[in-house]
Amino acid sequence: MEEHFKKATARSYTFGFASCIILTLTAYFLVFYRLLTGYALILTLSGLAVIQAIVQLVFFLYLGKERKPRINLLTFLFMALVLVVIVGGSLWIMYSLNERTMMTHPKSPTERSR
Amino acid sequence: MNTEIAMHPNLALHHEETYEKTVFGFWVYLMTDCLLFGSLFATFIVLSHATFGGPSGKEIFSLPYILAETFVLLTSTYTCGFLGFAARKKEKTKTLLWLFVTFLLGLTFVVMEVREFVLLVLEGNGWSRSGFLSAYFTLVGTHGTHVSFGLIWMLVLFFQILFRDFTHDIRRRMMCLRLFWHFLDVVWIFIFTFVYLFGVI
Repeated sequence: MEEHFKKATARSYTFGFASCIILTLTAYFLVFYRLLTGYALILTLSGLAVIQAIVQLVFFLYLGKERKPRINLLTFLFMALVLVVIVGGSLWIMYSLNERTMMTHPKSPTERSR
Repeated sequence: MNTEIAMHPNLALHHEETYEKTVFGFWVYLMTDCLLFGSLFATFIVLSHATFGGPSGKEIFSLPYILAETFVLLTSTYTCGFLGFAARKKEKTKTLLWLFVTFLLGLTFVVMEVREFVLLVLEGNGWSRSGFLSAYFTLVGTHGTHVSFGLIWMLVLFFQILFRDFTHDIRRRMMCLRLFWHFLDVVWIFIFTFVYLFGVI
C-alpha cells in the first residue's frame, strides 16, 4: 500500500494546516503593521519561514518517519548541505565582491556599472 | 495475474518494495529541484536591488492579493492529503472529488499568478525592465510552471482513475503527485517570505 504515507492521518494534516495558517498570518501582519523593523524583522520573518517549512516537511511530507535506514531523510540533509554551500556561497561572494569594488552605492553589483 | 500470485505469495511485498524505490527516485528528483530553486533564490536576492530606475518590489506587489494566493495553494495542499486518505480506502467517488477540488484550487492559484504577470507586463514592467524583474519572473515563473505541470498530472490521473480504477500503477503515481504538490507548497513559503514580504519592507 501507500508505504510513504502509511502513518499519515487527518488529524496530523489538520494540525499542520492550522499551524501553517497561523505562521503565515503572523509573518503577514508583522510586515503589514510594521510591528518590527530592520534586522529584527528580517530575522523573525526568515525564522518563521524555516519553522513553517519544517512543519510542512514533517506533517505533510512525513520526512523522517520512514523505516530505517532513513534514506530519504539522509538525501534531504545532504541536499540541505549542498543548498547552504550554493546559496550561502553565492551570496557571500557577490556581497564581498560588491563591498570591495564599490565606489558610491553600497547596494547592488549591477548598479555599479552605471 | 492470479496464477502469478499463487506462484509468488510475496507479490504484495514485491509491490511495496517497488513503491519504496519509486518514492526514493522521485524524492531524489525533488531534491535536485530544490537545488534549482535554491540557485534561483540566490540570483533573486543578489539582484533584488538592481531596479535600474524601474519599480522596486514595494511599488508593484500587493500584499493582500499575495496572501490570498498563499491561502489558495495552502488549502490545495491540505485537500491533496484527503485525496490520499480516500484513495487508501479505495473510495473512488471521494478520491475523484478531492482530486477535482485540489485541481480547482491549483488552477485558481495559476490564474491569479498569470493575472499578476499580465498586469505587470501591460504596465511596462516586464522581465526586460530590470535585473530585479528578470530574476522575479524567472523565480516565480518557474514555480508557476511546476504548478501547471502538476495540474496536467492531476487531469491525467483523474481520467485514469475514472476509467481504470485503482491499479498499483495509479496508486504509485498518486503518491508521487502528493509528494510533488506538498513540495511545491514548501517552495512557495520561501517565495512568499523572501520575494514578497522582503520586497515590501
